[in-house]
Amino acid sequence: MTIGFALDSAIAVLVVAVSCWTIIARASFAAVVGFVSFGLLLTLVWVRLDAVDVALTEAAIGSGLTGALLLAAAARLRTSEFATQAERPSMALRVATALLSATATAALAGALFLLPSPAPTLAPAAAANAGATGLGNPVTNVLIAFRAMDTMLEKVVLLLALVGVWSLASDRFWGGPPSPLRGANTEGPLAFLARLLTPLGIVVGIYILWEGADHPGGAFQGGTILAAMWLLLMMSGVANAPATRFRSLRLVLISGPMVFLVIGLGGLWLGEAFLAYPVAYAKPLILVIEFVMTLTIAVTLALLLAGPPTREASR
Amino acid sequence: MSIVLDTFTVLAVTGGLFFFLAGTVGLLRFPDPLTRLHALTKADNLGLGLIVLGLLPQTNAPVGALKLLVAWLLVQLSGATIAQLIAREARRGMPQA
Repeated sequence: MTIGFALDSAIAVLVVAVSCWTIIARASFAAVVGFVSFGLLLTLVWVRLDAVDVALTEAAIGSGLTGALLLAAAARLRTSEFATQAERPSMALRVATALLSATATAALAGALFLLPSPAPTLAPAAAANAGATGLGNPVTNVLIAFRAMDTMLEKVVLLLALVGVWSLASDRFWGGPPSPLRGANTEGPLAFLARLLTPLGIVVGIYILWEGADHPGGAFQGGTILAAMWLLLMMSGVANAPATRFRSLRLVLISGPMVFLVIGLGGLWLGEAFLAYPVAYAKPLILVIEFVMTLTIAVTLALLLAGPPTREASR
Repeated sequence: MSIVLDTFTVLAVTGGLFFFLAGTVGLLRFPDPLTRLHALTKADNLGLGLIVLGLLPQTNAPVGALKLLVAWLLVQLSGATIAQLIAREARRGMPQA
C-alpha cells in the first residue's frame, strides 16, 4: 500500500462522510458549512486526479461562491427555520423520498459501473488538434474553441439567473441598488482586509486568466476571484453595491455573451461555421473573448450574491 | 548537504503537523468559542508556518519559495481577520464580565 493510495482512500472516506453529515444536519447553517467542506474535499479529489482546472473551479465556484450564496439563503430563512423544523413530514412522504433518492443513487451507480471500458473519449482528438488555436492548455482549448457553443450558452444562463434574481425586486425598487451585504462596520478588521487584499486579489485574478492560455486557470476562475474581491469591498462597507439601473453596468453584464456571439457570427460570415475562428486570428480572438468574459463573469457573480434590488434608485 | 536539508524538512514539517494536531484537539476540546479560536489560529499560524519553512529547501526555483511564503502570509492575513470577526460575534453573545 503506497502513501498515495492511503491518501486517496482517506479523502474518499472523508468525502462520503462529510456528504452524509451535510444531508443529516438539521440546521441549514450547519448544512451549508458541511457543503463548503465537501467542496474543498472535492477540490482535493480533482487535484489527485490531475484535473487542476476542475479543482480551481470547484474551489472557487462549487465551494466558495455557491457556499456564500447558500449562506445568504440560510441567513434569510433563519426566521422561518424553527417553524419548519418543528413540522415532521408524514411517514409516507418520508418513505417515498427515501425510495426516490435511493433509486436515483442506484441509477447513477449503475450508469457508472456499466460504462464501457475503455470509456469513449474525445481526449485524443482534442490533443491532436491542440495546435489549431495556439493555446497550450487543453481545457481552455475545449472550453473556448472546440465546445465554444456550450461556454457561450453557459454565459447566457448566468445572465438569465441574474435576471431571475432581479425579478424578485418589487416594482418600486426596480433599478435600485441591492441591500448592503452587512451592517457597514468600516473601521473593523474586515475593512482592513478588504483594503489590503483587494489590490492583490485583482492581480491574482488577472494572472489566473492570463495563465489560463497555457496552464490551469482561465476566465471562470479569474472572474470568480475578481467577483470575490468586489464582494469583499461591498461586505466591508468600503464600496457600495451599485444601482442596477446603470447602463454601463448592464453593458458589462451582456458584453461577454455579446462579444462571443458577434465573433461567432463573424465565423459564419467568413464562410466557415458559427463560432469557427479564422486560424490566423484564433489566439487574439480567444483572448478578447476571455477578457470580456472574465469581466462579465465577475460582475454577474458578484451581483448574483448581492441579491435583488431593495432600495429605491436615486434619481 | 541534501541530507541535512531533508532532515530539516522532516523536522520542520513534523513540528508543523504537531501544531495542527494540537490545534485540532484544542478546537474539539476547549470549552468556549474564544479559546477554540485561540487553538485554531495556532494551527494556521505556527503549523502552516513550520510546514512552509520545512518545504522551502525542497523548492528548486526562488519563485516557488516565494509562492509558498505568499501563501503562508495570505493564510495568516485571512486567519487573523476571520478570528477577529468570529471573536467579536462570540463576545456579543456572551454575558459581559
